[in-house]
Amino acid sequence: MSRTVRGKVAVVGLGETQYYKRGEAPDAEFKLALKAILAACEDAGISPKQVDGFASFSNDRSDPSHLAAALGIDDLRFSNMQWGGGGGGGSGAIANAAAAVATGMAECVVVFRALAQGQFGRFGQGPQRDVIAGDGAHTIPYGLMSPAQSFAMKVTRFMHDHGVEQNALRAISLASYHHAQNNPRAVMYGRPLDEEKYDNSRWIVEPFHLFDCCLENDGAAAMVLVAAERARDFPHKPAYILSALSGSHYRAGASVHNTPDYASSTFKTVAPRLYDMAQVKPADVDVLQCYENFTGGVLMSMVEHQFCDPDGCNEFFVKDNLIAPSGKLPTNTSGGNLAECYMHGLGLNIEAVRQIRGQSTNQVDDADVALVASGPMVTPVSSSIFGTEATL
Amino acid sequence: MSYLNSGLPKPVPAPDGLDSPFWEAASRDVLMLQRCGSCHEFQWGPEWICHRCHSEDVGFQEVRPVGNIYSYERVWHPVHPALKDQGPYIIVLVEMPECSNVRLVGNLMGDAEQSVEIGTPVQAFFEHHRDVEPSFTLVQWEKV
Repeated sequence: MSRTVRGKVAVVGLGETQYYKRGEAPDAEFKLALKAILAACEDAGISPKQVDGFASFSNDRSDPSHLAAALGIDDLRFSNMQWGGGGGGGSGAIANAAAAVATGMAECVVVFRALAQGQFGRFGQGPQRDVIAGDGAHTIPYGLMSPAQSFAMKVTRFMHDHGVEQNALRAISLASYHHAQNNPRAVMYGRPLDEEKYDNSRWIVEPFHLFDCCLENDGAAAMVLVAAERARDFPHKPAYILSALSGSHYRAGASVHNTPDYASSTFKTVAPRLYDMAQVKPADVDVLQCYENFTGGVLMSMVEHQFCDPDGCNEFFVKDNLIAPSGKLPTNTSGGNLAECYMHGLGLNIEAVRQIRGQSTNQVDDADVALVASGPMVTPVSSSIFGTEATL
Repeated sequence: MSYLNSGLPKPVPAPDGLDSPFWEAASRDVLMLQRCGSCHEFQWGPEWICHRCHSEDVGFQEVRPVGNIYSYERVWHPVHPALKDQGPYIIVLVEMPECSNVRLVGNLMGDAEQSVEIGTPVQAFFEHHRDVEPSFTLVQWEKV
């Protein structure tokens, strides 16, 4: 297995800005990016001038040349954008950065995402324009125009095919809010959720209640990647990348909801490759961070990562199974996109590294293997697995 | 009669002409979908070549406007100002068994709070908007 990134690259620095409700960040998006990158470098104990590469996703607006100029970086060696896929690019950007470090294209790459929906407009709103052409002409005039509306259609079909009940979605939301109550960084810290509050919350689009939907936030997050052989020279316990990759199944990008295997989180081909590269099995995963644009996507991602049989969701998806430290598979232990912050999912990768370091506010005992699934139901999606030194 | 309140973006043919025959036909109460002249399979949305056999010989053919509900959703929260006072509405994804199982998006006519079952047969209903500029036609669906 020489053609792999397994064990060759480690995360040695984490940085986040404060997380804000949409529109409440005091800083411009680009400054948020810089603050997160500076924080990640400080965490790694390096000068920002040692960074020689940047990778991001979802058309992040803070481009690497501009960042390198702002930080005074002498020699920018790697400048990378993961195409498409919205939050599906989080682990993909890490995969790209890891590939650059593993092959010697760069020495110290920062993966980041900065997002100020207050400054630049909301994902959750439809386009306000007079006419629409192209793929959107076949959906938007029928009132199908937001991510919630695009993905509810897939989730409804999956729930129909496998007899999944609403309570399975509810359990995912309850677990996220449960974890957020121990996480002072979380936007929903101090805002607990119980069954009654969930059940009484308004529908956004069936089968999604308000609490099945991600937040809309401003902030930035960053992580520093270096070669594994250097990783022990940094202040924190390294989190080694055991696997990181992206992809999608046959015609996942077919337009107007025409993907043949429609009711999918898009991980069916990605997850087996992920486990092969990492040389781990689903049962080896100690803690999971699973991108929640909407709870239904979490459920489908977990099925496609083989944590649960598709026809066993009603039994598996109960709150007690999903919470740290005691659950069968502690999931979204920071509160994630539902209750910590919607940083387009990069916060989930950061939480996975925290678990490997032993620094989570909802720490899982002896967490050696942490999996992140980024951006279900889009295309391409991506996943990553982080491990302690013991897993190498 | 219009299912949704007016004011949403109006569909226009793509500037490259790729879906123009669909919209032109809809204005005449005809459903036309893209079909490969070489392998004779349908595909939707329209594409420049056949994704199966890669032939460039892709054209449009009139089809029977009937299908089955493949999935659906009832929307409650408006994400566009035009829908602020709309109340709930139903979007259906309709599979066309006579057309290589391609799928179309539309609204389901009738009570927005009706129960909907996956697999229900539906037929198309052409919703004309002739008094606006540019005029357009939506392909909507009603239970058979």
